[in-house]
Amino acid sequence: MASVKLTINNQAHTLDVDPEMPLLWAIRDVVGLTGTKFGCGIAQCGACTVHLDGNPTRSCSIPVSAVVGQKITTIEGISKNADHPVQKAWVEHQVPQCGYCQSGQIMSAVALLKQTPKPTDADIDTAMQGNICRCGTYNRIRQAIHTASAEMGSSPKMPKSNPKIGKR
Amino acid sequence: MSQKPQNQTGTSRRDFLKAASLTGAVFALGLPKSEILASPILNLSSQPGLVLPETAELTPYILIEKSGRITIMNPRPEIGQGTYQSVPALIAEELEVSLDKVVIRQTGGETKFGGMWSQAVGGSGSIRGGYTQMRKVGASAREMLIKAASDQWNVPVEECYAENATVVHKPTGKKLTYGQLAEPAAKLPVPKEPKLKDPKQFTMLGKSMPRPDVPLKVSGQATFGIDAKVPGMVYASIERCPVLGSKLVSFDASQALKVKGVQKAVKIERVVGKNHYEGVAVIASNYWAALQGRKALKVKWDHQGHDTFNSADFEKSLRDLAKSDGVVGHNAGDFDKAFADSPNQLEAFYETPIVTHSTMEPMNALAHYQPGVDSPGNKVELWVSSQGGDLVKDEVAKALKVPADNVAVHILFNGGGFGRRLTQDFATEAAMLSKTIGKPVKVIWTREDDTLLGPFRPMTFSAMRGALSADGKAVAFQHKVISPSIDATMNEKYDKTKPDGTMLEGTGEQKYEIPNLNTRYVNADIHIPLTYWRSVTSSTVAFAHECFIDELAHKAGKDPLAFRLAMLAKDTDAKRVLTKLKEVSGWNKSLPAGKGRGIAQWEFFAGLAAQVVEVSKNTTGGVTIDKVYCVIDLGTVVNPDTVKAQVEGAIAMAITAATKDGITFENGQAKQANFDANRMLRINEMPQVEVHILAEGGPTIKGVGEPGLPPLAPALANAVFAATGKRIRRLPFDLEKLA
Ligand code: FES
Ligand code: FES
Repeated sequence: MASVKLTINNQAHTLDVDPEMPLLWAIRDVVGLTGTKFGCGIAQCGACTVHLDGNPTRSCSIPVSAVVGQKITTIEGISKNADHPVQKAWVEHQVPQCGYCQSGQIMSAVALLKQTPKPTDADIDTAMQGNICRCGTYNRIRQAIHTASAEMGSSPKMPKSNPKIGKR
Repeated sequence: MSQKPQNQTGTSRRDFLKAASLTGAVFALGLPKSEILASPILNLSSQPGLVLPETAELTPYILIEKSGRITIMNPRPEIGQGTYQSVPALIAEELEVSLDKVVIRQTGGETKFGGMWSQAVGGSGSIRGGYTQMRKVGASAREMLIKAASDQWNVPVEECYAENATVVHKPTGKKLTYGQLAEPAAKLPVPKEPKLKDPKQFTMLGKSMPRPDVPLKVSGQATFGIDAKVPGMVYASIERCPVLGSKLVSFDASQALKVKGVQKAVKIERVVGKNHYEGVAVIASNYWAALQGRKALKVKWDHQGHDTFNSADFEKSLRDLAKSDGVVGHNAGDFDKAFADSPNQLEAFYETPIVTHSTMEPMNALAHYQPGVDSPGNKVELWVSSQGGDLVKDEVAKALKVPADNVAVHILFNGGGFGRRLTQDFATEAAMLSKTIGKPVKVIWTREDDTLLGPFRPMTFSAMRGALSADGKAVAFQHKVISPSIDATMNEKYDKTKPDGTMLEGTGEQKYEIPNLNTRYVNADIHIPLTYWRSVTSSTVAFAHECFIDELAHKAGKDPLAFRLAMLAKDTDAKRVLTKLKEVSGWNKSLPAGKGRGIAQWEFFAGLAAQVVEVSKNTTGGVTIDKVYCVIDLGTVVNPDTVKAQVEGAIAMAITAATKDGITFENGQAKQANFDANRMLRINEMPQVEVHILAEGGPTIKGVGEPGLPPLAPALANAVFAATGKRIRRLPFDLEKLA
């Protein structure tokens, strides 16, 4: 064990952990922030995505010793009142089903929009491909990213899709 | 979604919490973790018979406090399918309260909410089973509150009505709030047959309403089973043999115990249906240490001969078994004669794989076994993501041999269910482990555990035979399913001589007017655990059934949809769904070269849906799925946007099952252990989806969660044929390159 100093959501933490412990478990079990999820442990699903100095990173596959001195942001840290434009767009499009993948999806989307404020569908495919959603919320994720992009910039709003209810 | 999302969970839930932490009864899904999980009073929650001070229980489902705060107990776990909104909305609509003003709490298998799956989610049954029952709950409470007001005012009941959590006296405009009325109302008898609202008056039901769990799920605040914590808890990871059916010979934990944080290693049992598996649990102060300790274990297994099991041989045995007659399921007319008499015969063989549920949240459970569990106040307490509070309670009681009432269950948000969380092996295992080590313990499965250990969806093989009349209609149709049985792996008393309804699901229920229909089941033994998977056997047999209908249409030289409609002369839901699909998918418009479309419908216990899939040939020698049109028949709809989401999700899941890896066995164990080899559909592969809901009201209510799944694979395979001329008869197939 050793003491490791981490900055998570602008707060300094000194953790007494194995330096090899993946950042994911340090965040969840030691710091106690459970919005970041465990899905695969091998950088395949994106459920554990956090930002390291703004870059989306799979926290399951990076040891705490490697992130010392970096600015770590988790889902709990992207806004004060869950009012980041991406979060608002997620609510507007009712994206989550079970919701388990969505912290990671949102972290990837926030990073994408920072880098590419007006992403094309191809940009979205590239940036979001590492995040599995077993519930299949992909089309809503895409729409919500376009909505958030419009909200943050000035591009035109995507029309929202509505289920069509018909008489038979 | 047209409504502005309401902040359902913001103020009301936080206020509730403040009040509740004073009264000593806390538990609601998605409470801010700091408040809920660190709460020392947590262990008092859902104690049988616990009564909140100053709270009137109008029915077990509705609690009204003097302050006016209303709590609705939701018996149906939220697994992503929207029951955290749709079921409480049934009560709230009749109670005349807005859902954003109530606190929603999840029931935990308490007897007063009923047993036998009434607190479980499966079979697309929450709305089908609860639509009238839950509305009656709300209506009864409304009538009691109105009666209490009319008594107080000494005026006729007919002069009073309820709105917005108050009762109003129409002639005078006098008002009393539900909070003021709760206590006297609770003393009144519960009306047996309350008057239900006219659906025209609905303010919530039938409308796309925002789901109250969504704000929690975009902020990391939703509490899933894996997030639960109690003071003093330890973590565990369990080493189990990936060669299913192996016996534990011995283990050496000396190296494991050297890992910092590791406390103990103990033998533990996992029970799945009739199967018992042994494992070694490594207990540690944090999960990472438990994982490291587990890696350091030395375990000797006796494979009991199961290490020779492999998919290639098993599949060959199924093809051999296809020659036997099997047991008859459905029979109409005389298939053998009609088939023999026809000059236009067709036969085909279809194959589907074993697949995993792969919920994004791996299996896990937190259990606290309190010694002296038989003494009053002591109990076994569990915090779990499970598809049924009543199921957890019963299974844990059975496994630990304690009275069911001494098992307290907290159902948290499920990070996916898909049928996997109907089996409570993860919960009973944690409960037994807590008993063994004498501490609250959270067991978390790795993704590899989750993928390798089952229970799995079984594969089904289908031998199809059909014959056409001179005018090109199907006159004889036989579907023989050859597969292992879910029931057989769950139930010791499985009877092979009886038709297996689960494995023949849907095969006798299609509305095609085929005079000679015969379905048969041939059982194959398997030692690996199997279970229900979203849409159960329909998820595989619909592929064979609806592809073979297409093959018959092709042989008859008919358009696949016209061929189907010609066999649907009578006015049925299936006919209406296909007619609607024809219109919305633009079926009669021709597609450019290199594109093709396919159609399929499926009707089974959960409901009815039909889909058109459009594909185009791609440059790698395969096809791309461009678009899926779906018509789902509901009769009555509660939340159209949720229905749309469920269909989108079912389609994504069906594409994964049809075109990704599936599970194959080699040397007794699954070859695919994690998402690198057991791949899931990703965002770049998701087609456009257009959903049409048929809901004309009336007494018919069909399911939502599953019907969107079965038509996809056959509609896709039929589209591939239309675009390329290649028949897909085996799943999974590679969209990148057609074999
Ligand atoms: S848990 Fe880190 S990518 Fe899956
Ligand atoms: S919402 Fe369930 S996995 Fe994405």
